[in-house]
Amino acid sequence: MPMQQPLQFYNEPLPGIDTGELQGKLIVIEGPDSVGRSTQVSRLRTWLEQQGHAVLDTGLARGTLAGKGIQEAKEGNTLGSVTMTLFYVTDFADRLENEIIPALRAGFVVLTDRYIFSLMARGIARGEDSVWLEKLAGFALVPHAVYYLRADVPTLVSRVVMGRGSFDYWESGMDMHFGADMYDSYVRYQTRLIRALDRMGRKYEFQTIDATKPADVIFRQLQRSIGGLFARPARKRK
Amino acid sequence: MPRGRLGIIGLFRMPILTPNRFKGKLIVVEGIDGSGKSTQLSLLAQWLRSQGLAVAFSEWNSSPLVRETTRRGKKKQMFTPTTFSLIHATDFADRQERFILPMLKAGAIVCADRFAYTAFARDVVRGVSPRWVRNVYRFAIQPNLAFYFRVPLEVALGRILGGRDSIKYYEAGMDLNLSRRIEESFRLFQGRILEEYDAMAEEMGFHIIDATGSIEEQQARMRQIVLEKLSEAIASGQILQKESSYRAHAAAAPVL
Repeated sequence: MPMQQPLQFYNEPLPGIDTGELQGKLIVIEGPDSVGRSTQVSRLRTWLEQQGHAVLDTGLARGTLAGKGIQEAKEGNTLGSVTMTLFYVTDFADRLENEIIPALRAGFVVLTDRYIFSLMARGIARGEDSVWLEKLAGFALVPHAVYYLRADVPTLVSRVVMGRGSFDYWESGMDMHFGADMYDSYVRYQTRLIRALDRMGRKYEFQTIDATKPADVIFRQLQRSIGGLFARPARKRK
Repeated sequence: MPRGRLGIIGLFRMPILTPNRFKGKLIVVEGIDGSGKSTQLSLLAQWLRSQGLAVAFSEWNSSPLVRETTRRGKKKQMFTPTTFSLIHATDFADRQERFILPMLKAGAIVCADRFAYTAFARDVVRGVSPRWVRNVYRFAIQPNLAFYFRVPLEVALGRILGGRDSIKYYEAGMDLNLSRRIEESFRLFQGRILEEYDAMAEEMGFHIIDATGSIEEQQARMRQIVLEKLSEAIASGQILQKESSYRAHAAAAPVL
């Protein structure tokens, strides 16, 4: 796996940021809805803290600027797909500039539950132009590692039904009416999302983890790989 | 200035906006604060309505969807150049998806007070990359007419500073630390925005209106250009109008 040292921007540097000052680690957990990301993030956080690392965990639509606005917008009756993409990217920029970068500067491990890839996948699944999306989110930092928790649609369906017990409007892509009802729409939308993430995985060098396995197995796999991120720079030179 | 001049470079330039494939037409006005563009656009809209044409109006930064977010960001001065740019793009996207597109499809003339060009000027002055912000707005519908109200800085400042009691933080570009005095910051900020508008005028095919002229002169010029550009669409009945039977002759020569 390639290590960037120092961190880089994908495409368009943010004004006024010196990436040479960013000492921490940026670790991304990606994957579709209900795949078990948040379980892994919280276990990883505990483990990393036990190892003596300071951890910031963050995720989509959690920023102080736009998080609340996004929640409210999703409760309303009209939210166009380009508008939704831009609103989420606004939130992402806010968290990147005001939480993630300051934390990296202070040497934290930043664990992020989804990154620009989910935003892009949602846009692509809704028919937006992938080149537009890539340039739009081009100010994102290239993470030290992206772990893609991957499961097929039948697995996701069974987790939704056995877990929450009902399909979510947005997770089913009902704004686009991909199918006659929530189930049909969910299946088609999640299929498109997974396809978009798979394609990005090759381009952006995701480490794919089979998320149909038990949570403990996934956790050990993540531990091993993340452990390696910390070992490497110490051995370098001298 | 004549627009649509496609030189060799023009032919190979990537379209930066989305072509308008709909029946309706999009007319936008641009210019620095105090250039008089809003006054002119509302006179134009009124005239178009009086001709029996369907007119819709959309103003920069007015989407109810992001209002609270924008207010929070401004009040607590939370914006960076990037988030300032993105929240305005979100605002525009919401207005386009919810209002401008349906109106264009229905065949209305949509009048927009400020457009993506405002972002191309203002956000670039704030420090975001010109290339990046042009990509952000690639979803925006290409206007059929873009008027740029060009005015010397001092004239615009005279209109603004005389007429209003207070300039707000972001309006004055206080986040750029150009000056600690708000009036001076406003002056410097607007001056830089003016330079950006001038620099992009040709690239964007702006119709430049000399905004130092009288209100009547400017309005007459605007109407003349609109007639030249839209008469065919009006005559052919492409634009939604009040009395369809009246269409053919009424549209051929609306009275100035």
